[in-house]
Amino acid sequence: MIISVASGKGGTGKTLVATSLALSLKERDNVQLLDCDVEEPNDHVFMKPAFTRSEAVSIPVPKVDEEKCTYCGKCAEVCAYNAIAVMKQKVLIFPELCHGCGACSYLCPEKAISEEEKEIGVVESGYSGGVGFVHGTLNIGEAMAPPIIRQVKEHASHEGTVIIDVSPGTSCPVVEAVKDSDFCLLVTEPTPFGLNDLVLAVETVRQLNIPCGIVLNRAGVGDGKTEEYCQKENIPVLLTIPLNTEIAGFYSRGIPLVEGMPQWKVSFLELSDKIREIVNERSSDTER
Amino acid sequence: MKEVVILSGKGGTGKTSIVGSFAALAQSKVLADCDVDAADLHLLLNPSIKEEIEFWSGEVAVIDDEECTQCGLCQDVCRFDAINDFKVDPISCEGCGFCSHICPVEAITMMESLSGHWFISDTKYGHLVYARLGIAQENSGKLVALVRQRAKQIAEREGLSYIISDGPPGIGCPVISSLSGANLALLVTEPTLSGIHDLERVLGVCYHFGVPALVCINKYDLNEDNTRQIESYCLSQGVEVAAKIPFDNAVTEAIVRGLPVVEYSQGRVSQEIESLWQHITCALDTRANKPNA
Repeated sequence: MIISVASGKGGTGKTLVATSLALSLKERDNVQLLDCDVEEPNDHVFMKPAFTRSEAVSIPVPKVDEEKCTYCGKCAEVCAYNAIAVMKQKVLIFPELCHGCGACSYLCPEKAISEEEKEIGVVESGYSGGVGFVHGTLNIGEAMAPPIIRQVKEHASHEGTVIIDVSPGTSCPVVEAVKDSDFCLLVTEPTPFGLNDLVLAVETVRQLNIPCGIVLNRAGVGDGKTEEYCQKENIPVLLTIPLNTEIAGFYSRGIPLVEGMPQWKVSFLELSDKIREIVNERSSDTER
Repeated sequence: MKEVVILSGKGGTGKTSIVGSFAALAQSKVLADCDVDAADLHLLLNPSIKEEIEFWSGEVAVIDDEECTQCGLCQDVCRFDAINDFKVDPISCEGCGFCSHICPVEAITMMESLSGHWFISDTKYGHLVYARLGIAQENSGKLVALVRQRAKQIAEREGLSYIISDGPPGIGCPVISSLSGANLALLVTEPTLSGIHDLERVLGVCYHFGVPALVCINKYDLNEDNTRQIESYCLSQGVEVAAKIPFDNAVTEAIVRGLPVVEYSQGRVSQEIESLWQHITCALDTRANKPNA
């Protein structure tokens, strides 16, 4: 089962939930934690994993053989991302705009374009106290997170539970990380900002046809409108974590909640039971 | 005219609360919300929309079933695994158009899709340009560029001194699009190990694009050891810590009331944000004379 942990708004507690869920579940299941927030990965701060493998992530970018090139301009014409410009006697390539689709090299009538790999980040994998751990890191100055997210997800095990920590927002990196999940946990806080962004996140997972449930973090701050919304939209609130300085203190020091306050383990195990129930119900519904 | 963009790397450190307060404090400015994925600034500024513009972008391949001979070439060349059983998955399709160019029977066309909206609005504090990217859409970087461009046009037309941009979290495409060419970045961090880690990365992006940066430590009193660590890190990098804002529930209370915190409370948080804005105007008027793009 794949559970993704997303939020819309940043800083609502995705990392706290993903790490504590993984650490609670490891006692009864094979658990893997994939940190797909490749722009700002933080799970390793809490999990302190021992990495056993590191692989570069590259995308193929075009390289023009100017001996063969006739400057016909076909490559620039077919590039949807304006990553190639053809001048009279020169071809300019902007690798940071290239998505690595391969159209230019395939369609070049002179076969003058080959592809070379350009490194945009790294994926590291290893273990942390019985939990399989994988994360990706986008190189500074690079724009495109999805190829790294895809490579992190290739490590996903087909057995046990896979937990995916997602970046904030609702656009391509979030979709890439969340798609193919069996369930998406949305972590929010009961403020107008939290609610505004939660609504967007709910629309995103609904578009992907993934069932979702809520973790309400910092309960007690803000107002009651988030709970009203969940009730109206029939989205279950699966776990409530109060606003609490002790919890915030452990978080600030990079200590997972269930290690700092082991009494929370029960709540996270219940959370996983509730998720499993929803996922099983849904799969028996579709079988019928 | 000078542009300051507020970034953080890590989400939820308080960017929007700070920008909302700058909106109330600054004279002669236009506001831009560059977090087009999850825009929140309008919740504090209560804008009336003057103009709503459709954002058409991000083409998606469409296969004409009648023309398709199911030769499978499109599936073979697509590097995004977006075509299966001769159907395009619009969510996986990155709009490169490779398939449409090579289809032997020209059964594939690229259709532009409505990817979002952007808004030019008035608030009691001045003009605000913001956007809403469509659900699960790409090209957030392009939409950010449009928002910034329009904010700049307004500032030029009306002879305004400052553009204040609320940036997105992360360090990828929309962040780069918000940052490149700005005069100054204000990096808002919090005294947690995650906050420190993310600050280092977003500061790296500022270096990479040659934009000078100031740091603000929000909720600094939640962990003063970590705050000292951030201060010594910033010192080692030659980056100034321009403000330390204490934790105060008033910030959330102000959000709930839809107000910038400086309009809601006269406490230390508001005093710190006021002096931070003074600091930024000084930095913009002296240090950051030229855009660095």
